[in-house]
Amino acid sequence: MKAHVYVTLKKTVLDPQGQAIHNALKKMQYQGIEDVRQGKYFELRLDDTLDAASARAEVDRIAREVLTNPVIEEYTFELE
Amino acid sequence: MKFGVLVFPGSNCDHDTYHVIAELAHQPVTFLWHDSPSLENCDAILVPGGFAYGDYLRTGAIARFSPVMQSVKKFAADGGLVLGICNGFQILCEAGLLPGALMRNAGLKYICKQVWLRTETADSPFTNLLTPGETLKVPIGHMEGNYFCDESTLATLRRDERIAFRYATPEGEITREANPNGSLDNIAGILNEGRNVLGMMPHPDRSSEALLGSADGFRIFQSLTGALAARS
Repeated sequence: MKAHVYVTLKKTVLDPQGQAIHNALKKMQYQGIEDVRQGKYFELRLDDTLDAASARAEVDRIAREVLTNPVIEEYTFELE
Repeated sequence: MKFGVLVFPGSNCDHDTYHVIAELAHQPVTFLWHDSPSLENCDAILVPGGFAYGDYLRTGAIARFSPVMQSVKKFAADGGLVLGICNGFQILCEAGLLPGALMRNAGLKYICKQVWLRTETADSPFTNLLTPGETLKVPIGHMEGNYFCDESTLATLRRDERIAFRYATPEGEITREANPNGSLDNIAGILNEGRNVLGMMPHPDRSSEALLGSADGFRIFQSLTGALAARS
């Protein structure tokens, strides 16, 4: 099983990197982009000791306690 | 009176900080390796600048789980004096010893230059020799020094006068131009609720001798040694 964890800055936090990317895209004349937010992606490969529910709980705990700083970041994840 | 300087893989201001305590403040000081929980009966803990654990994941994110930091948390909870400089400030925020977070500089560049700080409070063991409004010339050297916290935290910091230093002009004016990295409210350093933990992005360790361009930072270490002497 694999977990895909996505970490982004909270909506309320300014994202200067996302803005710089957005400005670059505009300068390069890419069309139709309203906003860019950038973040981090983690791929966790899980062994078979956990069932799906336990794996979900463990990945949630890892994402919350380690992969994100709750002051500025939020996360989503999916299991595959 | 004994000082402990934490050393993580990637710390690079540990020797600068040690030098200030040993050679300028003339106090006993020892290095404390991250992998050992022992604080060796130190009376104050200095968390130096650098790139602990390579800044991997986030600055300070991995350092906060190290054995020595578990002891530093207990030490701080018992009222022990802890000073975090630059990466040390980032680690203290990640560890929850100070509120808020240090984000990528607003201009997205690493900044290394002299800045001016305005002292906001003299009511702490780190600033008791300073006068509110007094300016200090202290250098910064960081990529992630953009202080951020939510509105209620900022209101609390202001109300309790826990903002220790703000980026200012040499005359002590708080302006947008004097803010090098986009920090909220020009914040350069803050105190915890008990006022026994200070975190600051600028480097007093690099401004403790006139030879380095400024000795203003040494007054913070003098305040600290004075406070420790008064405690013993």
